[in-house]
Amino acid sequence: MRLALLALGAFLALPALVPTARAQVMDPEPLPKMRWSFDGPFGTFDRAAEQRGLQVWQEVCSNCHSMKEAYYRNLTGIGLSADQVKAFAAGITITGGATDDSGQPIDRPALPADHFRTPFANEKAARAANNGALPPDHSLIEKAREGGATYIAALLEGYRDPPAGMKMGDGMNYNIAFEGRQIAMAQPLHDGQVTYSDGTPATVEQMSRDVATFLTYMANPEMEQRKRMGVRIVLFLAGMTVVTYAVKRKIWSDVH
Amino acid sequence: MAGLHQSDFKNPVLNWFDSRMPILTMMQKEYGTFPTPKNFNYFWNFGALAMINLVIMIATGIFLAMNYTAHTSMAFDSVERIMRDVNYGWLLRYVHANGASMFFIVTYIHIFRALYYGSYKAPRELLFMLGVVILLLMMATAFMGYVLPWGQMSYWGATVITNLFSAIPVVGESIVTWLWGGFSVDNPTLNRFFSLHYLLPFMITGVVFLHIVALHITGSNNPLGIDVKTPQDTIPFHPYYTIKDSVGICVFLLVFAIVVFFAPNYMGHPDNYIPANPLSTPAEIVPEWYFLPFYAILRSVPSKLGGVSLMFGAIAVLFVLPWLDTSPVRSARFRPIYRQLIWVLVLALFVLGFVGAHRPEGIWVVLGRVATAYYFLHFLVLLPLLGKIEKPLPLPESISSPVLPRGPGGGGGPMPHGATAKPMEKI
Repeated sequence: MRLALLALGAFLALPALVPTARAQVMDPEPLPKMRWSFDGPFGTFDRAAEQRGLQVWQEVCSNCHSMKEAYYRNLTGIGLSADQVKAFAAGITITGGATDDSGQPIDRPALPADHFRTPFANEKAARAANNGALPPDHSLIEKAREGGATYIAALLEGYRDPPAGMKMGDGMNYNIAFEGRQIAMAQPLHDGQVTYSDGTPATVEQMSRDVATFLTYMANPEMEQRKRMGVRIVLFLAGMTVVTYAVKRKIWSDVH
Repeated sequence: MAGLHQSDFKNPVLNWFDSRMPILTMMQKEYGTFPTPKNFNYFWNFGALAMINLVIMIATGIFLAMNYTAHTSMAFDSVERIMRDVNYGWLLRYVHANGASMFFIVTYIHIFRALYYGSYKAPRELLFMLGVVILLLMMATAFMGYVLPWGQMSYWGATVITNLFSAIPVVGESIVTWLWGGFSVDNPTLNRFFSLHYLLPFMITGVVFLHIVALHITGSNNPLGIDVKTPQDTIPFHPYYTIKDSVGICVFLLVFAIVVFFAPNYMGHPDNYIPANPLSTPAEIVPEWYFLPFYAILRSVPSKLGGVSLMFGAIAVLFVLPWLDTSPVRSARFRPIYRQLIWVLVLALFVLGFVGAHRPEGIWVVLGRVATAYYFLHFLVLLPLLGKIEKPLPLPESISSPVLPRGPGGGGGPMPHGATAKPMEKI
């Protein structure tokens, strides 16, 4: 082991001998620590936060962002009843999803079996409406970003005035959580942006945490079932390990 | 010559069957009474664990394939459909995806066991080489499996890795076009990768079978690295090692379950949840963690052909390892210098793993080059020299003799018995 320790020391000492890599000027700020109801092996989604998050998403985010892997029926998972989901979907119009008797595309109210409405007909339309930037799909956004829910909330709370002397691109916004700190999306949430039916004050922080919880559910609809199952299976395997080890000791007791 | 096998099975139905096709006798011989050294430690579980892991991968893979669509426009969505709409599809996919990582963890420990206890030395050279073939097939399978979800890392990883072949002089570019089935990674590439990803595991199964055949000819090595001398040195495989492997399997499944149920995306890359986009290159293209050391070796050489050669050389060197190591002593317990160098090698591989995960600039380049240099120095220079200069500790006379005096410190340290020891016979 002595040689290995020596080698370890040498590897650790090497950085001191070499000039450090260039610091990247516009790295985002490190993500803050946030606590979530769904953290840890026993964590579950806060249903009220999910439902508030749905409201924020529907009233604000869905104007530009799609969520095409998800269905309206998935909303039963955030505590809505089947009738509530039906009513929620009925309030949304699906464009060109069906045809009339003469084969012409028609608009119709959404059904629980429909995918979430995509706001733009295609990528070009989305870019044209958004200063050339493409709003990313939200179905998997929690899994597709380093930091997950914390990143989503930090981004929504990360809008600031650009530091003096920083040259911003045309139509870009300064955001401390975004790679390069310049983001095409204008600050989407302002205090009082939505009116929560449960009376929760709609601060930027409250709304961004709620919508991050909602998007975490949408990216991981199986999470609660997965963790429940995991706890049982881990307990079973732990017991099984103990029993198997005891049997092993007994069988091996005659080997010398 | 013709005639029925004389079966020992008492049950008339089993006897009838076994007389005509004696696979029951064979199983009894190879997994029942098979004489096995009695001094295995838990490192000897990992072969069985790898076998279990292969079965889990094939079983989950078959059901995933029933629900997967190998087309660039549908692959990503079909995987999401598995995650959301197929009954327990999320479980199948998370087990399969994390099973690949578990498979490499188990296999790397299995290989470490072989290196530490000299299991590659005569007469087990062919056994070891078959193991290296399995490792190569596993790497190819894992790489192609990672392409199937058609996320950003799938696409760009496939682009980078297949492009490695363009380093081959003269015919390189043509080979890459041939691999792709076109002029970039595209639908034909995805189709053939899916086909091969389904095929290769069965080739692995075949080579695993050969690996076990070779093992049962030479018999297992053991932590002392000395040959079995008397029947007192061995115990039947069943029940002693079936139960000991079962303990290992329980612990393995426990770790596996914790990963699958509580951190299923921990070992993955977030970018692979973004659909593949040939027009947008990710900031950093990194392979799965189990390829990082090799990726670091590739990038530690400033020339493309040099890097590719070294990367493949890192595996190729294992094929000739039985002849590079000139020491007649197998187990590192009795090799005072080798016993330290093997840990330096492990350290170098961990360093390479970290280097592979970082952009090749500044300190990472230097670390990568030092560790790469050590990797090859270890196999190509130190091992051949060590056999000549290292003075091995005295070997115990037999497997049975060192078991008796158990020191109060316990553990598996070498226990030289000067009076009874004699150097191991050359094979």
